[in-house]
Amino acid sequence: MIRFEDVSVTYDGASAPTVRGVELTVPEGELVLVVGPSGVGKSTLLGAVSGLVPHFTGGTLRGSVTVAGRDTRTHKPRELADVVGTVGQDPLSHFVTDTVEDELAYGMESLGLPPEVMRRRVEETLDLLGLADLRDRPIATLSGGQQQRVAIGSVLTPHPQVLVLDEPTSALDPAAAEEVLSVLQRLVHDLGTTVLMAEHRLERVVQYADQVLLLAEPGAAPVLGTPAEMMAVSPVYPPVVDLGRLAGWSPLPLTVRDARRQAGGLRERLAGPGPDPSRGRADRAHDRRDRAYDRVDRAHDRVDRAHHRVDGAQGRVDAAPSRPTPPPRPGSDTRQDRPWLTRWRPWRRKRDVADVTDVPDAPGLPAPDAEPVAVVEGLGARRGRVQALRHVDFSTVPGETVALMGRNGAGKSTLLSTLVGLVAPTSGSVRVGGAVPHRAGPRELVRRVGLVPQEPRDLLYADTVGAECAAADGDAGAAPGTCRALVSELLPGIADDTHPRDLSEGQRLALALAVVLTARPPLLLLDEPTRGLDYAAKARLVSVLRGLAAEGHAVVLATHDVELAAELADRVVILADGEIVADGPTAEVVVASPSFAPQVTKVLAPERWLTVSQVREALA
Amino acid sequence: MTSTALRRGLAPEADRSNALHPGAWWIWALGLGTAASRTTNPLLLALLIGVAGYVVVARRTEAPWARSYGAFVKLGLAVIGIRLVFAVFLGSPIPGTHTVVSLPEVPLPEWAQGVRVGGRVTAEGLVFALYDGMKLATLLICVGAANALANPARLLKSLPGALYEAGVAVVVALTFAPHLIADVQRLRAARRLRGRPDRGLRGLLQVGLPVLEGALERSVALAAAMDARGYGRTAQVPAAVRRTTAVLTLGGLIGVCAGTYGLLTAEGATYGLPVLLAGLVAALAGLWLGGRRSVRTRYRPDAWGVRAWLVAGSGVVVAAALIVSGSYDPAALRPGVVPLSAPRLPLLPAAAVLLGLLPALVAPVPASAAPVPAPVVPGPAPAAPVAAPAAPVAAPAVHVPVPPASAEAAGAAPPASAGTTGSAPPEPSPAPRSHLPKEPS
Repeated sequence: MIRFEDVSVTYDGASAPTVRGVELTVPEGELVLVVGPSGVGKSTLLGAVSGLVPHFTGGTLRGSVTVAGRDTRTHKPRELADVVGTVGQDPLSHFVTDTVEDELAYGMESLGLPPEVMRRRVEETLDLLGLADLRDRPIATLSGGQQQRVAIGSVLTPHPQVLVLDEPTSALDPAAAEEVLSVLQRLVHDLGTTVLMAEHRLERVVQYADQVLLLAEPGAAPVLGTPAEMMAVSPVYPPVVDLGRLAGWSPLPLTVRDARRQAGGLRERLAGPGPDPSRGRADRAHDRRDRAYDRVDRAHDRVDRAHHRVDGAQGRVDAAPSRPTPPPRPGSDTRQDRPWLTRWRPWRRKRDVADVTDVPDAPGLPAPDAEPVAVVEGLGARRGRVQALRHVDFSTVPGETVALMGRNGAGKSTLLSTLVGLVAPTSGSVRVGGAVPHRAGPRELVRRVGLVPQEPRDLLYADTVGAECAAADGDAGAAPGTCRALVSELLPGIADDTHPRDLSEGQRLALALAVVLTARPPLLLLDEPTRGLDYAAKARLVSVLRGLAAEGHAVVLATHDVELAAELADRVVILADGEIVADGPTAEVVVASPSFAPQVTKVLAPERWLTVSQVREALA
Repeated sequence: MTSTALRRGLAPEADRSNALHPGAWWIWALGLGTAASRTTNPLLLALLIGVAGYVVVARRTEAPWARSYGAFVKLGLAVIGIRLVFAVFLGSPIPGTHTVVSLPEVPLPEWAQGVRVGGRVTAEGLVFALYDGMKLATLLICVGAANALANPARLLKSLPGALYEAGVAVVVALTFAPHLIADVQRLRAARRLRGRPDRGLRGLLQVGLPVLEGALERSVALAAAMDARGYGRTAQVPAAVRRTTAVLTLGGLIGVCAGTYGLLTAEGATYGLPVLLAGLVAALAGLWLGGRRSVRTRYRPDAWGVRAWLVAGSGVVVAAALIVSGSYDPAALRPGVVPLSAPRLPLLPAAAVLLGLLPALVAPVPASAAPVPAPVVPGPAPAAPVAAPAAPVAAPAVHVPVPPASAEAAGAAPPASAGTTGSAPPEPSPAPRSHLPKEPS
């Protein structure tokens, strides 16, 4: 179906080819996963299939790419539109029209299909992707997962034989990602569509792949093979493969199910006292705990007060039974299809007690510090006309790392925004280091709290790294060179005159982080920091953030990445529909949930292990 | 209950298949606008504003463009305000005897004889300015109504085949503007994260470059996506047809230019008209032939049905009625201000204006939008929209369903802000709403 013959691509101005020596044939009806670290040319390879490389991007393509018998040298992308469907990284920049139904029809209109055929295919596609209820909705009002499904649907309606997807699940929460992947699997199985897909989050996709195309390093010829073979040699691999390599399992497991079948021995070896979930962070926790003992009385007082608050709130709720309960958002019936969320609700009430009284015997649980860096009480906030948060109580202490999780649109970003004063609360109070964020002046605020937004580029204005650093020093009132020193620490080997746009995703994140850290805020917030990062960049981020927490920064990150949360967080807070539905130590919260449990936990359940590094240390 | 029954009684719920042609909305609104341009009677103008406002409230969707109505109403108010300010400070040519206040007059040099700054402000001058401002405001509000009710993308879809590609480009540009505004807002907010003030002009200027860069990147990404989805595919057309198209279009345009020139010059009057007409025909033929190059087909185009005829017709009737009555009874449509007198409501034109309410009965009702999770606060209900079109904009719920009967009952019925959605709290009283002056709870 797709044939590359000795293909190499050189972009204009580049000294060496981005990909070279590509020689492969993908048969019909295969799902091929393109795997490799950032910057090895995965997107270039995908673009070559749809003809966008080189017709649209420029550059020189040597050799030949043939798709369904058409040579991309002689066929422009628009002339391949009926055989190749392409969905890029950002579904929003893919949409031409404004409603779901029009978007699904757009491609067919371009191809000139007869109206009755278009009508039939739109209906089929709406059903296939479960979009029937959304057919008249403006695309801008859909959630990320829904948008991704519409984007896939919009290229499916012309019935392409090949589907090319660049990171289809990176921006999605775990449930939405599974939704999209199950649709892809259905296409491959039922319609015989050939799918070529690049994705960094291998733990989500590798089990669906028929073959894996491995680009191990820039300029190296890609290798096509079975997933197990490729994972054995790949520089990037999901945690379950890491665990399999560690335990020396053969064949290498790719799914949790395969791994569980082989894990009996490992579970026995690891049985016993159980893991210390905070290994590596234990010292820090001990320090804090010692300090906490001195203050435990005061903390108890706080608990009493908190109880009064809870009772009071309860009273308010009882007194106003007629308050209309807000109807659930369409397309996301919270409590009906996720009964486990309901089960967690009692947690909320107990939390205040658990946090404090369990200190002496709860290993790894961050001890309460008498001076939390941020306190949020009874917070309500709106985004436009949507009530994004309601009655949220949350606080964090120095040295603690908290992961905020929950599906797209659950209110994670809004909570972070209220903490930096970007969104004013409609009810309740927010205090960060004693200041009220939305009233505090920006200059004062940056010394108390820093946020790295979802798109780190939003923070960067200058056209060189050096100018950016100088500006950051000025903004923060720090000594000249402070930011540059941080950049050198986080991003060794970046020259002053590099343009921020030329940095990779991970490097740009590090630069934004350095800019934010220049003011030394005790509270550091990160929104979706691992979007678009490969495993190596993620590992670097983890070690940087651990270092910051050890220095006493409180770190709060909103993330869909369960592996990151397991690796990094002391505490996990799960939001749903603007309310906190679970709040507790990482091990307890994620283990209880099928969606948010990391792979290692699933493999080694009922033992409570979270990450491969814990297991590695335990076995060492 | 009554409201639902009445809303559904004549008009079905809107969906894709019975959607009203956007052209019908534009004809209706332009009809009302034409009517407004024919009168300065404040009562008639208020009635026109009320009619337009009521139809917008009853039939607009949740789409982004529907929200533009509030902006148009504010613009209209601003126009009235500016007109009054000018009348106060720059004087008015209207002779008047009722002096409201005397401002100190700025002495101007000889050559500025016709201009006056300050001086006597008369009630007649103010009233005249108010009427004048209201006329302009009503026009703006009518355009705003069309904007809020008609889907711009669907309107552009009605373009002829050869212009379709251009139409898509315009649609893309239309969706682009909201993105750009969102980008500016996001980046300005992000300045706060850097410890810089997020308000003020400097903030806006500093984010300019990053916003443009982002916009450019998005355009390139969109262009790639559109190319990959077949935008700009052309059918194989015989070379002869292609050449004929080019000749016809070019020749036609030249003919149109030459003909217009001929018409405007004295000596070319004889050949002007025929050349213009021939050029026009050739250009249209070129456009039609050009359409054969495009392979595009259209997915579920909006049909121009009976309801579209009724909506468009009601607007045309309102315009015609005011034009006709303007020639019969000019005094009623343009009440004098010297001497000052209270304007009368001419009954026949007023009745004709009320015909403009027809769309609120026959146009398909937009499907009740996604229930808004905001708590429903039945606070002080806004005045009925007939009296104040701005009220629904300020109200918490966008859909303020008013039974048409109550609206015509001289604005006595305050619409409760909760009503359409099934999830709203039950009505406190089974009595018809129009008898409740203020709903408790």
